[in-house]
Amino acid sequence: MLIQIKNLSKIYHLGGVDVHALDRVDLEIKQNEYLAVMGPSGSGKSTLMNIIGCLDVLSEGSYVLNGKNVSGLDGDQLAEIRNKEIGFIFQTFNLLPRANALHNVELPLIYNGTGRLERKEKAEEALRKVGLADRAGHRPNELSGGQRQRVAIARALINNPSIVLADEPTGNLDSKTGAEIMRLLDDLHRSGNTIILVTHEEEIARHSERIIRLLDGQIISDEQIN
Amino acid sequence: MRYTFSRFNEYLVMAWDALKNHKMRSLLTTLGILIGVTTIITIWTTIQGLNQYVYSKLSGIGAGTIYVEKNPWIIKGDYWKYRNRKNITYKEYRALKKYSTLADHIAPEVLSLKNLSYGNEEVKDIYVIATTEQYAFTAGLFPETGRFLTEPDIRSSRFVCVMGAEVAEKLFKNENPIGRKIKIGSDRYRVVGILEKRGSAFGQSMDSFIIVPIGTFRRVYGGHRGLRIALVTNNPDKIEELKDEVRGIMRRVRKVAPGAADNFSINQQDMLTDLYAQLTTTLFAIVFIIGGISLLVGGIGIMNIMLVSVTERTREIGIRKAVGAKRKYILLQFLIEAILVSSIGGLLGIVLGYGAGSLVLAQMEITTGVGFTSIAIGFGFSTTVGVLAGFYPAYKASRLNPIDSLRYE
Repeated sequence: MLIQIKNLSKIYHLGGVDVHALDRVDLEIKQNEYLAVMGPSGSGKSTLMNIIGCLDVLSEGSYVLNGKNVSGLDGDQLAEIRNKEIGFIFQTFNLLPRANALHNVELPLIYNGTGRLERKEKAEEALRKVGLADRAGHRPNELSGGQRQRVAIARALINNPSIVLADEPTGNLDSKTGAEIMRLLDDLHRSGNTIILVTHEEEIARHSERIIRLLDGQIISDEQIN
Repeated sequence: MRYTFSRFNEYLVMAWDALKNHKMRSLLTTLGILIGVTTIITIWTTIQGLNQYVYSKLSGIGAGTIYVEKNPWIIKGDYWKYRNRKNITYKEYRALKKYSTLADHIAPEVLSLKNLSYGNEEVKDIYVIATTEQYAFTAGLFPETGRFLTEPDIRSSRFVCVMGAEVAEKLFKNENPIGRKIKIGSDRYRVVGILEKRGSAFGQSMDSFIIVPIGTFRRVYGGHRGLRIALVTNNPDKIEELKDEVRGIMRRVRKVAPGAADNFSINQQDMLTDLYAQLTTTLFAIVFIIGGISLLVGGIGIMNIMLVSVTERTREIGIRKAVGAKRKYILLQFLIEAILVSSIGGLLGIVLGYGAGSLVLAQMEITTGVGFTSIAIGFGFSTTVGVLAGFYPAYKASRLNPIDSLRYE
C-alpha cells in the first residue's frame, strides 16, 4: 500500500472555534492508482491534498507514505519527503518567473545535491518527455499556458516521485490545451505513475479510475470507475 | 555540512541572478555600504601613505640620535615652567664630550639667520649652523663635492664653510664654488664643500643652509647664544642608557638638586613619531565612527530591501519549499544574496576609496601601493554588514509556511 491514512483529522482554531477541515478520514491508495478527489470548495479536498503532499501536517490520526509514518515529521523532514516522493502540478503552474524552463525543471535536483551536469542532463530529458526540448531556454512568460503546465509536469517527474499530485491541473487552461494535459497525465499513469487528481470538473475526474468525493471534511463516496 | 559547502556556488549564482533582475535597486541598496567603505578606505589609504612619508622623513633624524635642548619639542601643559630655563652652553657641550662614554658622536649646534653674498649675488636669511666636524655624523650629511669640516678647521677656528646644495646653486651660477670666498655678514669664508641634495620635507627645502666651525662663529658673534647638542649612539638599543648618562652629566654640571626636575630637555625622534601617531589615530577613530555610521545605515537599508524582497518572493519561496528546499537552504539563499549585495558595495568602495586616497596623496606628491589591509578591511566590513543585515530577513524567509507561500499573490 502506497498511502495509508487512518482516522485523519485536521482542525483549525479560528476565533476560539474549532473547525474540522477534515474529520476522521480513512483512505488507502495503492501503487499506480489513478485517483480523483472531488468536492465543492470548503469540502476539505485542498487540505487533504496538502497533507498527502506533505505540505501540511495533520492534527489527529496517522499517515503512512510508502511504508514511512510521516505524521510526526518536522518541516525539514517533510521537505525531504516532498523532494523524493512527491511531484506537484498546480493550477497556477507555480514556476519561477525569472528562471528558464530548464532551470525550473532542475529545481528539485538542486535540493537533493545532484551535480550540475547530471541535473542538466536529467532536466533536458524530462523536457523532451513532455515535448518541450526546444523550449529549454524560455522563461515562463515566453511560453503558452499549456507549455507552462508541461514544464511543471516535467519538474514534478524529475525525481521519479511515488505520487504525482495534480491540483486542478487544467483549471487555468482552455479546453483543448486542458485535454492535451490530461492525455499527458493518462500517459504517465500508463507508464506506471501513481496520480492523484484534485478537480471539481466531472469530465476531468472521468480520466481517473477511482473517484472519492468529500463533503464537510468527510469522504462521502469512494467509487471505482471504468 | 559538506553538502552545504558544495552547493555554495549554486547559491552564489542564484543570488547573482536575483540581483541582476533588480540592477537599480541592488545598486541603491548597496550605496550606504559603498559610501561607508569608501570613507574608511580613503582615509586609511591616505594615512598609510602619509605614515610612510612622515616616517621616512623623520627617520632622517636617526633612531640613535638624541638632542639636548632648552625646551622639549612638544610642550604639553604649562608653557611657563619652561620659560625661565637657561640656554644650553658651550661649557655643557664640553662636559658631555668629556664625560659621555656611550655617545659615539657628539656635536654642538648654534643656529642663526644671516645674509650671504658672493660678488654681486646675495641671498638673505640663510640658516648658518655653527658646529664641529662631528655634525656630519649627527646630521647624516655627506659632501657631494669638496669635503666636510675637519678637526683642524675646528681646532684653528678657520674661516671655512660647507654649503647646502640650494645655497650653492643660488650664489654660484656657473662657477665651481670650491675654494671661492663668500661673505657671511661682513666676514669672508672659503667654501670647502657642497653637500648632497636632500630635497624637501613637509614643504621646506632641506638644502638651504650653510655650516661653519663653531669656534669661528663664537669669535665673530660672541658665545652667548644657546646651543643644541646632538649625541649619537651607533647602537639604537643603547639609546635609553645614553639618555640616562647624558641626563646625569647635565644635572651634575647644572648642579640640579636631587629630586628636583630637570631644567633642560632631551629630545628624540620618538617624540615626533609618537605625536604624529597620536594625531592620526584620533583622526582615524573619527573617520571610523563616521564610516561605521554609514555602514550601519547601509546595513539597515540592506535589511529593509531584503525584507521587501522576501515578501515579494514569497511565492518563489513556497515553490522552492514545495519541491524540497529545507529551511537552511532558503536561509542560505537569502543570506548569500544580502552578503553579495553588500560585498559588491564593499568592493566598489575599496576601488573608489583607494582612488580617492591616492588622489589626495598625489596632491602631496606621495605615491602609495594598494594595501592588502585596505582590501581586507573593506571586504571584512561589508561582508559582516551583509551577514548581520541579511540574517533576519533570511531567517524570516526560511520560516515561511509552504502552503501560505504558494497561495501568496
